[in-house]
Amino acid sequence: MNEFELDSHAPKGPLQDRWKQHKYNSRVVSPANRKKYTVIVVGTGLAGASASASLGEMGFNVKTFCFQDSPRRAHSIAAQGGINAAKNYQNDGDSVWRLFYDTIKGGDFRARESNVFRLAELSTAIIDQAVAQGVPFAREYSGYLANRSFGGAQVSRTFYARGQTGQQLLLGAYQAMSRQIAEGTITHHSRCEMQELIMDGERAIGIVTRDLVTGKLESHLADCVVLCTGGYSNAFYLSTNAKGCNTSAIWRAHKKGALFANPCFTQIHPTCIPQHGELQSKLTLMSESLRNDGRVWAPKNIADCDKRPEDIPEEDRDYFLERMYPSFGNLVPRDIASRAVKLICDEGRGVGFEIEGKKLGVYLDFAQAIKKQGLAAVEEKYGNLFGMYQRITAENPYETPMRIYPAVHYTMGGLWVDYNLMTTINGLFAGGEANFSDHGANRLGASALMQGLADGYFILPTTVADFLAKQKPIKAEQYSSQIDEAMASAKTRINRLMNAPEPSITPDEFHRQLGQILWHACGMARTKSSLEQAIRAIQALRQQFWQKVKISGSEEGLNQTLERAGRVADFFELTELMCIDALDREESCGCHAREEHLTEEGEAKRNDMDYSYVAAWQYSGDVSHPTLYREYLHFDFVRPSIRNYQ
Amino acid sequence: MIFKLNIWRQSGPDKKGDFKSYEIEASEDSSFLEMMDALNDKLTLQGEDPVAFDFDCREGICGSCNLVINGTPHGKQQATTTCQQYMRDYKDEKELWIEPWRATAFPIIKDLIVDRSAFDRIIQAGGYIPIRTGSACEANTLPIEKHVADEAFDAATCIGCGACVAVCPNASATLFVAAKIAHLSVLPQGQMDKQRPAKLLQAMEEEGFGSCSNYRECERVCPKEIKVSAITTMNRLLYQSR
Repeated sequence: MNEFELDSHAPKGPLQDRWKQHKYNSRVVSPANRKKYTVIVVGTGLAGASASASLGEMGFNVKTFCFQDSPRRAHSIAAQGGINAAKNYQNDGDSVWRLFYDTIKGGDFRARESNVFRLAELSTAIIDQAVAQGVPFAREYSGYLANRSFGGAQVSRTFYARGQTGQQLLLGAYQAMSRQIAEGTITHHSRCEMQELIMDGERAIGIVTRDLVTGKLESHLADCVVLCTGGYSNAFYLSTNAKGCNTSAIWRAHKKGALFANPCFTQIHPTCIPQHGELQSKLTLMSESLRNDGRVWAPKNIADCDKRPEDIPEEDRDYFLERMYPSFGNLVPRDIASRAVKLICDEGRGVGFEIEGKKLGVYLDFAQAIKKQGLAAVEEKYGNLFGMYQRITAENPYETPMRIYPAVHYTMGGLWVDYNLMTTINGLFAGGEANFSDHGANRLGASALMQGLADGYFILPTTVADFLAKQKPIKAEQYSSQIDEAMASAKTRINRLMNAPEPSITPDEFHRQLGQILWHACGMARTKSSLEQAIRAIQALRQQFWQKVKISGSEEGLNQTLERAGRVADFFELTELMCIDALDREESCGCHAREEHLTEEGEAKRNDMDYSYVAAWQYSGDVSHPTLYREYLHFDFVRPSIRNYQ
Repeated sequence: MIFKLNIWRQSGPDKKGDFKSYEIEASEDSSFLEMMDALNDKLTLQGEDPVAFDFDCREGICGSCNLVINGTPHGKQQATTTCQQYMRDYKDEKELWIEPWRATAFPIIKDLIVDRSAFDRIIQAGGYIPIRTGSACEANTLPIEKHVADEAFDAATCIGCGACVAVCPNASATLFVAAKIAHLSVLPQGQMDKQRPAKLLQAMEEEGFGSCSNYRECERVCPKEIKVSAITTMNRLLYQSR
């Protein structure tokens, strides 16, 4: 493969006509022929469930897989705040163009214009679809849909269902999928995890799965494979992701030839409940929507940090986001807010628990909102979030301010895909968080749900059909050697995990140590030397892992430790690539803050001359020496500017 | 704090299960499942089979976790899933009994893990509004009174965990079914399918769940506080559809 071949297949012409034109140019499969084609969809969160439901409705033969016990439990369910759409119901000047611009600026000009515009364009149809499915979005007393504001936008365009928007949207997609299961167009497999991609030369023709209940390896063939397996924030061990979220499907596809794009672009969400101990298993997000009414502050004086927040007078409080970014205030984008919080805590003005000698937390205060709007109004908007906070911290946020600190939340990086959401492997598509496509170097709040559903409901059904229209249905009996090969490699990996030479350390313990290395080197602040050091540390720990990982029980039957070990093994390789990517990108942009490239105020300093590209990495056979391909980004409609939220 | 744990161990669906005792130290700030993680790390290092249990999001929304703790599904804190129970809630206790959901329609897979796919099949029987992708009308062409939308939302928050079944003397899934019906059938776009209550109730019966005889235990343990008024709504719709 050479660089010339890394073609985004993005259409040309006026931006607003590109998707329409592309759809018209796409081929279609006639209704009578659709059931002759099989599509495998791995992962049944928002993107996977909506894609499989839509493909099933069209009449394709769809096979779906998820590791959870039901598609309704995918981690999309935990998205709290909302979903953006350019409906302009508030008459505050919103439009598809504005949503497009906000999103591409929010991503610090590291995403493709064509893709982002299409996303903005499709946003409105998603709301129509969800409402028709019965998603109970918040409404005004008039009976019409309500909106709230989210970070990085000066219009109010976020649709929400209290603090459970992801849950409601996922249930909508899950129910649409359930209908197709009943109709017989979808065959679903729960508690089933993808182990390998089955390849026929350069083309993906199926997957090998492990039944997590029986431990049995099985092969499934298809005319194309769609990965909607989510993000890899759990590489850091502590993140806001569900415990099961993993990189295994996309990483194993990467090792079969799919390029991995911008792996170091990971979103650190500013408002999470601070870590409180060493054995903590995960972090919990407090929705960005809270910044609509909550005010972020820290004591002005270090001496006040141990006082009760109620005892610190107004004049001794530093509402630092409002001070630093007067025009966006508390609603600056996530990367900006996270860096500001870190800055304050690094100055020693943090509050709450000390982790490694530093107090890591600032206040998110609702006193003013409660006083102005009343307790009931605040409870109506955020009740479930306040309840969650109280359960975890044993503090009542109606009476005392919340304490928050940034945590890893989302990964903008993922499998490289073209405009059709196809990876560099023929017949392998990636949707939702699993691909890299739309968020550049930083994702705006309420955009993940939008992207997952745009991919699933509207883009994949068009582009998958176009791909299938160009193929003859595959004949399963021709592929026994390809199946044997993939099965053998899955078996070998499991055997190796089960039979480490000196089994003495659990996969969780290795994962914790790996997460620590990554967080310090490739988290909110990155430097050349810390990244180089981290790469060496990861390599050494990875060697230890294969030497010492201890799994009890057997591979035949349900074994959760084995499941975890397999996922951690993949994190051990991905994390090295994340550091290599962060090292290569000698600039700061969005979430990627290289300390060598910050302004005096601590803002990201982009280098458009040299780094206005998507870094797409190819597996070379040696994890430590991947090959870099660059997809240069062209901006014909917006001019990359310095991202200013002041 | 040191606890004596009595945990249900069962190696497979057709195997005989029994309680086994363990001792574990846990801090007050540890969540219940983090305490279980620590036990499993210990068991793994000793070469024993760790305790199998379901979990995922650990923030109370995915509905995966499902332990019966001292006889109560999810544990002593009300309106709270297992993963959001903290050990500080149990500091007055020395001994804990941990069991799986028990119901014919939820067969045990291993230890504390049960098969809840019956819930998926109930939804497949009609727990949806049949709208094909792409054929929706503009969202605001259909105003819905706020109190109706709120009522639908209250029912829609069901996480499908199955605590209602686990606590019910009849192992009935009526609250689960009623929540889905109260979510969809009160909304104007969901009113086309008048047979939804009948279809879902029939599926429930076929899966081996019992019927409702108004113990109202389900309401008490529901982590999302779904009210039995959803059952009233369902019964009304069922009656009207006949």
